[in-house]
Amino acid sequence: MPDTVRLDHRIIYDIVEPGSRVLDLGCGNGDLIYLLAKEKGARVQGIELSEEAIYRCVEKGLSVFHSDIDSGLSEYPDRSFDYVILNQSLQEARRADFVLREALRVGKKVILGFPNFAHLYARLQLFFAGKTPITPSLPYRWYDTPNLHFLSVSDFRDFCREKKIRILTAYFLGTKRRVRFWANLFALNAIFVVSPSA
Amino acid sequence: MFGKKGLGIVETKSFEFAQKPHELVLESGRKLGPITLAYETYGELDSERSNAVLACHAISGDAHAAGLHPGDKDPGWWDSMIGPGKAFDTNKYFVICSNVIGGCKGSTGPSFANPKTGKPYALDFPMITIADMVHAQRHLIDHLGIDQLLCVAGGSMGGMQVLQWVASYPERVRAAIPIATALKHSPQQIAFDEVGRQAIMADPDWREGGYYGHSQPEKGLAVARMIGHITYMSDKSMEEKFSRRLREKNYSFKFISDFEVEGYLRYRGDNFVRRFDANSYLYITKAMDYFDVSGDKLIGSGETVGARFLVIAFHSDWLYPLYQSQEIVRQLKMRQVDATYCEIQSTYGHDAFLLEVEEETHLIKHFLDKTYQGYDVRSHDA
Repeated sequence: MPDTVRLDHRIIYDIVEPGSRVLDLGCGNGDLIYLLAKEKGARVQGIELSEEAIYRCVEKGLSVFHSDIDSGLSEYPDRSFDYVILNQSLQEARRADFVLREALRVGKKVILGFPNFAHLYARLQLFFAGKTPITPSLPYRWYDTPNLHFLSVSDFRDFCREKKIRILTAYFLGTKRRVRFWANLFALNAIFVVSPSA
Repeated sequence: MFGKKGLGIVETKSFEFAQKPHELVLESGRKLGPITLAYETYGELDSERSNAVLACHAISGDAHAAGLHPGDKDPGWWDSMIGPGKAFDTNKYFVICSNVIGGCKGSTGPSFANPKTGKPYALDFPMITIADMVHAQRHLIDHLGIDQLLCVAGGSMGGMQVLQWVASYPERVRAAIPIATALKHSPQQIAFDEVGRQAIMADPDWREGGYYGHSQPEKGLAVARMIGHITYMSDKSMEEKFSRRLREKNYSFKFISDFEVEGYLRYRGDNFVRRFDANSYLYITKAMDYFDVSGDKLIGSGETVGARFLVIAFHSDWLYPLYQSQEIVRQLKMRQVDATYCEIQSTYGHDAFLLEVEEETHLIKHFLDKTYQGYDVRSHDA
């Protein structure tokens, strides 16, 4: 794998077993699924909202559907994918809980990556400056953010407990490397691997 | 369009089949034969016969998809997409286009002589369907020695033929590109077709279809075409193209074409009358209205197909709206078919499939190249 690959993509790459069936919800330019398909022989399908990104995916030979992720899954039978990836896209979905529930239905496992709103920088900005935080993983201003939902590592753990979602593994990311301690304070991004509890 | 050289002079050929007693049995149960298909080909068939692309035309199209006929100044209807270096690159692919049966551009249709009487069929011509058109094309593909088509592509009614190819001959299609089309005509689409047909049939010159030897029902056919053109554009594209601009300085206060849009529609209507047969218009619109490969009819339940799909639709196309293409994609997802879907931003309405060349080229070129060369990434097990 080339060194230029993003840290979150590296982590997800390591999670996915060779030959898996993968659905990437909000696949962007398709860099991650291209890597998974090429290097791990994964069978990949993307869903993406941006027309420009669709062209980039088609250039790579990827199969991709032009759609938002809020309405994308009802046609798929239960457990039709080994992994459903929601990397940096769930927080932009209108019905985040519905999308995650659908992902958990069609995927045996769901890989979920999101920015942690409770990072130290965010807390300091909110507490001392009294301003909406801007961090490396939440780089937008209040008026131009695509994010509709803001959550922390702790929020997501609570959510899983409430919804009976099983957390299989969790990875916490700083700017360049993984964060091992006090994730809710020091992680800029989190990647959870979850499955339905039953 | 991109400064690329075109195909130059091309010629229409014809293929005859379905001689007695091997007539083509139509979906209606009636028989048709002998059948002539007018067709053109561009590029060279490779030694494995694996690079053949079938382009399917829309309602008013013909076999002349690309290149120039001697003396013509306008090239074929999809010349922007077919040619050296274009989306369907004739340096790589062998592109075939044939006029549908029921048409009036060299293939057997209502204006053809009925072998029983020696006179034009007129309304004795049997009703045909999209499936019948595709079965006839399949005879041509057999004749050309091609077992499997690399790709079947087309927009609008051409897209219906693409879907029908997959429904009828799934093992003979490696890639399918249905553009701005539908699994079935909606009541709105049937309604527009019916208004067009009624305009033709209400014209006294129609003579119950038996106008051959006289002038054809020009008024009715022109009105049908005018209605068609309205449905091919969008409110926005009409605003951009005509707005309320007048042909003269002031209102005439007479029933003549004051507005540019009126002049345009009349011009389009009059032009169409010179190149299209009114009975063909009736038969072909009816074939589109009968078309229905919804539900299990495209791919049977519990089955799948090996063909890859590239489904393309356009914003502002209100004749074949996005939801109809989304329905195609829904069927493909349910059957676990390898598919890509793109909704192209456009203000051209249904006409976009002939006009949004750059975007379509980008998608089709890469999609076709990956299908032909073999691709290293897959969405499904081969």
